Amino acid sequence: MTTITQRRSLLSSNVRNFIGLLFLVTALATIGNTMFAEGSIFYVSTYTITLLGKYLTFAILALAVDLIWGYCGILSLGHGAFFALGGYAMGMYLMRQIGDRGVYGNAELPDFMVFLNWQELPWFWSGFDSFGFALLMMMFVPGLLAFVFGMLAFRSRVTGVYLSIMTQALTYALMLAFFRNEMGFGGNNGLTDFKELLGFDLQADSTRLGLFIATSVVLAVAYGISHFVMASRLGRVIIAIRDGEARARFLGYRTDHYKVWLFVFSAALAGIAGALYVPQVGIINPGEFSPLNSIEIVVWVAVGGRGTLYGAVIGAILVNYLKTRFTAIMPEAWLFGLGALFVAVTLFMPNGIVGLFRREKSDDNNDDGSDTTPPLTTTAEAS
Amino acid sequence: METTLHKVRRAILAGTSYELDEPVFTPKLDVSHEVLLYVEGLNVSFDGFQALNDLNLYINDGELRCLIGANGAGKTTLMDCITGKTMPDSGDIYFGQTLDLVGRSEAEIARLGIGRKFQKPTVFEAHTVFYNLELALKSDKAVWPALRLQLSGEQRDRIEEVLSIIGLTANANMLAGSLSHGQKQWLEIGMLLVASPRLLLVDEPVAGMTAQETERTAELLTSLAGDHTVVVVEHDMEFVRSIARTVTVLHQGSVLAEGSMDAVQNNADVRKVYLGEEAA
Repeated sequence: MTTITQRRSLLSSNVRNFIGLLFLVTALATIGNTMFAEGSIFYVSTYTITLLGKYLTFAILALAVDLIWGYCGILSLGHGAFFALGGYAMGMYLMRQIGDRGVYGNAELPDFMVFLNWQELPWFWSGFDSFGFALLMMMFVPGLLAFVFGMLAFRSRVTGVYLSIMTQALTYALMLAFFRNEMGFGGNNGLTDFKELLGFDLQADSTRLGLFIATSVVLAVAYGISHFVMASRLGRVIIAIRDGEARARFLGYRTDHYKVWLFVFSAALAGIAGALYVPQVGIINPGEFSPLNSIEIVVWVAVGGRGTLYGAVIGAILVNYLKTRFTAIMPEAWLFGLGALFVAVTLFMPNGIVGLFRREKSDDNNDDGSDTTPPLTTTAEAS
Repeated sequence: METTLHKVRRAILAGTSYELDEPVFTPKLDVSHEVLLYVEGLNVSFDGFQALNDLNLYINDGELRCLIGANGAGKTTLMDCITGKTMPDSGDIYFGQTLDLVGRSEAEIARLGIGRKFQKPTVFEAHTVFYNLELALKSDKAVWPALRLQLSGEQRDRIEEVLSIIGLTANANMLAGSLSHGQKQWLEIGMLLVASPRLLLVDEPVAGMTAQETERTAELLTSLAGDHTVVVVEHDMEFVRSIARTVTVLHQGSVLAEGSMDAVQNNADVRKVYLGEEAA
C-alpha cells in the first residue's frame, strides 16, 4: 500500500477560498474608502469601515465559539468573558498611552484612579505601557482563565447544560467584579477616552482603515490555523469526543486534556477578537461581560451553521448587520427579533444557513479531504 | 552524531512524519503464571446496593471466556471496574503479575492494552469508517503530537487488514453513522482489533444482529482467542454455547459457578437461580 505521507497544507482549497473572498471584500472596501469621493456610489465611509471592522472582530469571536461548540459539542455561554478580558488588556494599554493628556493631566495615573484618590498604579497595571506585553496578556489572561476553569470542569466531567450554566455564572461573576471601582479597571465606566495606538491617532481615518485591514488579516490567520487544527488528527479526536466521549476515553485518549487544550485555544482567540474590538469602538466596560452577550454569540454561530468555521463567520456578520439595521429602526424590538431568529433557526434550519447549501454533502467536517490525508482511495476493488 | 532529535527535526522540515521506535511507553506485562487478569475480593456498592460482592475471577492468557448472569448480576459493573470507569470499594485487579489497575484512568488502562466494546455500538458517527479505525490505532494519544501525526505505511496496512477482517473494506469511506446496526457492531470490534489489545472485553456483541451476522461474529471472536484474550458478556445462550469454552455465571455480584457450558447448565445452584429461563 501507499506509504506516501502527504504534506498537509495550511492553504487548503477551503482556506484559500475563504481568505480570497475576505481579502477581496477588504480590498474593495479600502479602495471605496480611499479612492472615491463622497457622493460616488463606490464610496465607503469611514463609519462603514469601522462597522465592518467591528463585524470582523465578531467573526473571530464566532470562530472561537464554533471551535468549542460546533466541533467539540461544548456549549459555552461565557465566551463573552474571554472577549472582554482581551478587550480590557488592550484597553489598559490604550489607557497608558494617554499619558498626561487625560482630564487631570496626571502622567502616572489614569483619570479614574486620580478621581478615586489612588496614589500609585496597582501592580497588575504594570507592564501595560509596553504593547508587546499587552499583546501577550490579550491571549494569556483569557487563556489562563480558560485553563483553570477547564481543568476544574472537564476533569470533574461536567458536561452539557451544567457546563453551560457554569460558563454563564462565570461571565456574570466577572461582570459584577468589574463593576466594582475597587477592582481597578474603571468600574462602571470602564476604560475609554483613548488617544492613540502604537503612535497612530485613533480618531484618524487612516488608523480606522488600518485597524479594519488588521482585523481582516487576523481573521484570515485565525481561520487558517483553526482549519489546520481541525483537519489534523487532533481535530478528529475532538470531533470523536463530541460524538462519543466515553468511547474516545476507552481508546486511550485523555479527553479532558483535549477539551482543556481546545478551550484555551478558543479563549485566546476570543481574547484577540476583544483586543481588536476595543480600539475600533473606543471603549471597554463591564457591560461586555453581560451574560446576554455570550448568548448572542451562540445565536450567530447557530444561524450561520455549526462545525464549518465559515458558517460562524457568515452568521456573525449577517446577524450583526441585521442588528445594526433593526436597532436603528426600532431598538426595543431587536431582542424579540433575535429570540425569534434563534427559535426559527433551531426549528427549521438545524444546520444553519450553510446547511441549506450543503445538504448533499456527506462529509460534514472534512469538506476538503483532498488536502488532508485521504482515506483509502483504492479500496473499492480490494474487496 | 545524528540523534533522534535530528531525525525528528528533519522529518518536520520535510513535512513528513517520524515515528519514534517506541512511540508509546508500555510497562512490561508479566504473564509468567499464565493468568492475564486477576480480580480478587472485589466489592462495589452504589447507594447501599451491593453490585459486586467479594468477586473473584481469573482469566488465563489467550482464553475465550463468557460471562453470563441475569440483569443486575454485576457483569457490566465488573467491566467498569476493570476498565477504570468505576472505582471499587475494595479488592484488587491485576493485569498480569505486576500491573495494578485499580486507580488508573480509563485512558491509561486502554493504553496498557485493554479494549472494551460497549453494549450499545458506539462508533464516531461523523467520521468515516477509515477514520474511526485510525483514531483507534495504537499511537501517541497526547494532545500536541496529534497536531502533526500522519499515518505510517504499516499503520495504513494494519487498518486495511482490520477492514477486511470485519468485512467493511468497501465501506471504508462511508460515514460510520450510515452503517447498519450489525456493521456498527463490527466496526466497534474492529476499533478494538486495530490497536491489537491483549485483553478484549466485549459487552453483548450480538444484540440486535441477524442470524447470519451472529454466526459471523461467533467465528470472528473464536478466531481472535489465542492471540488475544477475549471476555464476552452475553445473554444469548445459543451464542454462548457456540463460542464458549469456559463460562462464568455471575449472580448477585459474585461468581455462582464456573466451568464448561454443560457443567454450568447442570449445576444445581445455577438451575435454581435460572429455573425456567434455562430449561433448554
